[in-house]
Amino acid sequence: MSEETPSIRLPDPTRLVVSNSPHMRDKPTIKRIMFTVVAAMAPACVAAVLFFGVAAVQTLLLCVLSCVFAEEGWNKLVKRSSTWKDGSAILSGILLGMNLNAGTPWWVCLLGGALAMILGKQLYGGLGYNPFNPVLVARVGLLIGFPGIMTTWDKPAMGVMAVDGVTAATPLGLAPGETFVKDMLLGNVGGCLGETSAIALLIGGAILLWFKLIKWEVPLAFIGTVFVITGVAHLVNPEAFHSPFVHILTGGLLLGAFFMATDMVTSPMTRKGCWIFGFGCGLITSLIRLWGAYPEGVSFAILFMNALTPLIDRGTTSKPFGFATPVKGEA
Amino acid sequence: MSDKPRKFKGGVHPNDSKALSAHKAIEAAPLLESYKVIMHQNIGAPPELVVKKGDAVKKGSLLAKAGGFVSVPLHSPTSGVVKAIDKVPGPTGISVPCIEITADGEDEWESPFEPIADWKNTDPAELKQRVWDAGVVGMGGAGFPAHVKLSPPEGKTIDTLILNGAECEPYLTADHRLMLERADDVALGCAIIARILGLETGVIGVENNKPDAIAALRDAAVKHGVTVQALPVNYPQGAEKQLIYAITGREVPVGKLPMDVGCVVQNVASATAIVDAVVKGVPSIERVTTVTGKPLVDPGNWLFRIGTPISTALELAGGITEQPAKLLLGGPMMGIAQSSLNVTVMKNTSGVLLIAQDEVSQYTSEPCIRCGRCVECCPMSILPATISQAVENKRFDWAEKLNVMACIECGSCSYSCPSHRPLNQHFKRAKVEIQAGLRKKG
Repeated sequence: MSEETPSIRLPDPTRLVVSNSPHMRDKPTIKRIMFTVVAAMAPACVAAVLFFGVAAVQTLLLCVLSCVFAEEGWNKLVKRSSTWKDGSAILSGILLGMNLNAGTPWWVCLLGGALAMILGKQLYGGLGYNPFNPVLVARVGLLIGFPGIMTTWDKPAMGVMAVDGVTAATPLGLAPGETFVKDMLLGNVGGCLGETSAIALLIGGAILLWFKLIKWEVPLAFIGTVFVITGVAHLVNPEAFHSPFVHILTGGLLLGAFFMATDMVTSPMTRKGCWIFGFGCGLITSLIRLWGAYPEGVSFAILFMNALTPLIDRGTTSKPFGFATPVKGEA
Repeated sequence: MSDKPRKFKGGVHPNDSKALSAHKAIEAAPLLESYKVIMHQNIGAPPELVVKKGDAVKKGSLLAKAGGFVSVPLHSPTSGVVKAIDKVPGPTGISVPCIEITADGEDEWESPFEPIADWKNTDPAELKQRVWDAGVVGMGGAGFPAHVKLSPPEGKTIDTLILNGAECEPYLTADHRLMLERADDVALGCAIIARILGLETGVIGVENNKPDAIAALRDAAVKHGVTVQALPVNYPQGAEKQLIYAITGREVPVGKLPMDVGCVVQNVASATAIVDAVVKGVPSIERVTTVTGKPLVDPGNWLFRIGTPISTALELAGGITEQPAKLLLGGPMMGIAQSSLNVTVMKNTSGVLLIAQDEVSQYTSEPCIRCGRCVECCPMSILPATISQAVENKRFDWAEKLNVMACIECGSCSYSCPSHRPLNQHFKRAKVEIQAGLRKKG
């Protein structure tokens, strides 16, 4: 029939793709998700550079480079195809940098990147298969290996050019009553790069929530639990324990609650599971902060809950649609 | 029955692209020189041939009679001669038997049965027999014989009739146009089916993105004593189980049928086919099909007779401006990709869709990053990500434990997956494997 009407063009059947339905795909890709999270980290990165100056830039850059090179080196070694372009190594690098002090020696940054990418991720099979958050694996590894370097923090100097070498303890290490909420909101307190500016982290968290890249249950349950437990402790004994506001605004809590605990790979997939996960993180963080040997417990709490994630997922699987209503009279 | 529809859990919102053809009125396709009517157009037993090569047939003549209870007869789309009992590529790519009819151009009509003018006073059993005799099937896609759904077995009471006019698949507008242009017949069909089931009334469920159709149906519904329910736009709103939940709040148990919760669901196109059969005495030999897609010159909605080749449908739509990547029968979410233009329109062909090259890219599946998007959107509340991993490891027993059998293959999970994992494909495979395992056990 098409010979009679040559003006009408029909598809060439030999060039038709045959594949399974669905034939439409939603826009998000791994790459897009990763780079959106990188963008959400931007306010905190800017704040870190403002407070810590060139040292912060150096730490962040070194961490990103070491993560990318560690990932690619491993891929070459085990003959896997290149994966750094999916953005997950870059994101891990930024997050690792945010977990380090501005003046961290260069070799610690490089070692951290290698730990995160190889020990934390590639040994398990790469993206999607790691049970623990790779950045926290690196952070805890470095903390245990070099406790001195990892717990000495530069006191931020307002302004682009920071003065190196002025160190300060994290407010959590100070006696209660010595800290100021305003300074903590802005970030004018000691700590690693990502622990300082609460406002910048909250902006980043809002971006993640807006794009639905994290489940709101995790940060809410995490921060809420810490607030309640430390609040009760503070009310019972204000001499010994910080106010709950100090607990929320300092240390890695906001960074951890919004960026680390919500890591898709290592947190539960179910909504109910996210509540349990967030609550567990908050509980362990509070226990370590109030009574533990370390002033900070966010990393350990998240890693511990990471280990429980498969169990939580299994326990919180919802009943399929139509499962709850068995027919009467049926065996 | 509540006034407000319930929102089922999950679902996705793909770009519906219905604007391409939603404004185009249904056009009757011209008479062709020949039709290749695929024999087996229904779920269930194939019909038994009653004509042979060289027989003269008229429009509406019986070509094949039902081959059992779950089977429907087949009628000739036009008058002419049975040229051959041949084979054509079926929608799944496998060659299937067909009856080729060379049209004589007269299009002479032979009624296989008389119209039932006074259906309101006709025995419901006779009406049901008419539905069967006319060969009406589920025209939304499944092709399940309509009379079977209207015959609940002993002990099952039906209290709700739902007409499915959700048309939640992107691109498709055939049901939309049908509800708009034949609103009166859709409502009448609802009333007739309600009589067959012994019910007073029925509900027509339509997604909110078709306000003109809803308005037209509401006017007609009053006349025929049925109601119209506007439904939220959420794919897969038109899936039987989700539709029943939205309208009645009842959940069809896994592995059970709508009749187990007292519901019967029929497609709106099937309802008009039933009207044709009962009131006009016309068997099911034509249907409205959307021919659409960005590569087409002039997308639209046509009334095709069964046996019309897809190539003719594409010619009527003006042909293409660029080579498409895919040719689908049905919508983009659940449609079947074709590799031949010789496939012919069947009773359940709701759409002929061309997908442009830039709309599909060949994705490589990446590892699952456990983002949980599939879990969020699964309308059946199963864990697609976990089941998919079980299937990858060939652990079909795990998949079964994780309720893969509840999957309705709507494709929402694959649609939403940022790693482009072939989730839907995995589940189809698991279901086949599990059923094969059951058969082996006996």
